[in-house]
Amino acid sequence: MATEASTRNDSSVRTDPQWMIRFDKVVKRFGDLTVLRELDFHVRPGERVTLIGPSGSGKTTILRLLMTLERVTSGTIEVDGQCLSHMRRGGELLPADERHLRQIRKKIGMVFQQFNLFPNMNVLRNITEAPVRSLGVPREQAEEKARELLEMVGLADKALEHPSRLSGGQQQRVAIARALAMEPEVLLLDEVTSALDPELVSGVQDLLRDIAHRGDLTLLCVTHEMRFAKDISDRVLMFDQGQIVEDGPPEQIFSAPTHQRTREFLQAVLNA
Amino acid sequence: MTISPCSAELPGTLGEAMPFLCEGAVITLQSTLGGSLLAIAIALLVGLMAMSGHAWVRGVARVYMEFFRGTSVLVQLFWIFYAMPILTGFQLDKSFAGILALGLNLGAYGSEVVRGAVQSVPQGQREAAIALNFSPYHRMRYVILPQAFVGMIPPMNNLLIELLKATSLLSVITVADLTYQGRLLVNSGSDQLIVFALLLLIYFLFSYLITLIMRFVEGRAARMVGRGGPGSGRRKDRRWSRRPVSPAETPSVEGAR
Repeated sequence: MATEASTRNDSSVRTDPQWMIRFDKVVKRFGDLTVLRELDFHVRPGERVTLIGPSGSGKTTILRLLMTLERVTSGTIEVDGQCLSHMRRGGELLPADERHLRQIRKKIGMVFQQFNLFPNMNVLRNITEAPVRSLGVPREQAEEKARELLEMVGLADKALEHPSRLSGGQQQRVAIARALAMEPEVLLLDEVTSALDPELVSGVQDLLRDIAHRGDLTLLCVTHEMRFAKDISDRVLMFDQGQIVEDGPPEQIFSAPTHQRTREFLQAVLNA
Repeated sequence: MTISPCSAELPGTLGEAMPFLCEGAVITLQSTLGGSLLAIAIALLVGLMAMSGHAWVRGVARVYMEFFRGTSVLVQLFWIFYAMPILTGFQLDKSFAGILALGLNLGAYGSEVVRGAVQSVPQGQREAAIALNFSPYHRMRYVILPQAFVGMIPPMNNLLIELLKATSLLSVITVADLTYQGRLLVNSGSDQLIVFALLLLIYFLFSYLITLIMRFVEGRAARMVGRGGPGSGRRKDRRWSRRPVSPAETPSVEGAR
């Protein structure tokens, strides 16, 4: 893998401000299973992209690769001009080490389907712990920021509660506040409402809609809620079997899909 | 039965036996405490090493675990106390040698407990910590270990009781522990039945004391991660051991999981 990347040479570490995210011939295999096949796509800074497609088509894998929770089998991924899998040290191209990865993770935040709040901390500490420990923000300052964020997500009164005492929707809103506390440039949303009871979904979606339309956050969202996808994104990518089969603005994808697979998929989802 | 009658005047065998047994009990407690602290320290260290990203660190941990689990405490004790001086010319104090052997041996078992508990923390917690850009050390220290801690305590409780009982082996290298004193009393003509009954009782009390302490610690740790204490069956309203539970209710503790 190392040799492959070095023959691909300098393009993998070039800084290109035009793209926040670049996938270049990305292949991801789990054993015999090929999840992504030579995937190419680019995302501009501030662009809000929704990934749709049948389950198993590789959408979540894309987010997990970006968050460095998985490694590519081959190909390169760049975030803000920095390659995820390799780094330059003294003119040499080396496999990324922990320091390089942490440098990149600074730019990226992620919200998970299962919230993954830390059960050994109260709500406030869940939000402040990462800025304090990994960015070195003074605790008082982090707490002030956390309270602002809790205010924004409508949970100002829950700061000292234990996460297990919150509803799923509230937990997910805390998780969103927690991700935003790190001030990421890219926010990854991995089926963030799939684990919620139906009546709690809209609260979380409204919040995310606000966040999407404020600021210049680059958003990558995997969802099965097509209305939500339409609301928050200015671009939709339709995936099938590890490749993009259709790429366009939501109006076009949802009302006039050109690809047969997209039509079938939308039919299936909308009739569900 | 209290431990205080060390100096009290008791009739017959009890009266002559208690001072010796109390002395022995103190040594047993000291060995247990020392051995436990060492075992827990080793368990944490080796358990974490066993999950290291470096293959050679894992290898060292693996060899340590297999070796100390796979050979008997008694033989390890002989090596540390008798064979080491011959090889290195360095003679350890016998109570220290005892604590060392117990700590090394039970620490090897404990490291598997630590590893198991750490690996049972849901993968999502690790991933969330990575997504929040924690360093590997902070991930372990502030996210994983506090959650793993609760799960370590019941199996650690077993190990500490094992350790308590294994202190009786120290009598072989003439550490004057409870067992040693008991044997001495019997050899010098005390009533065997009474002395051995007392030994049973004292060991049991100590092991029960360990269980009580560990349950207390577990309850505290569980509350810290927002779960019920021992035997709570994950239901917060079910306080352990306080409320009488009717027979009809008992199975639901298991069933609730």
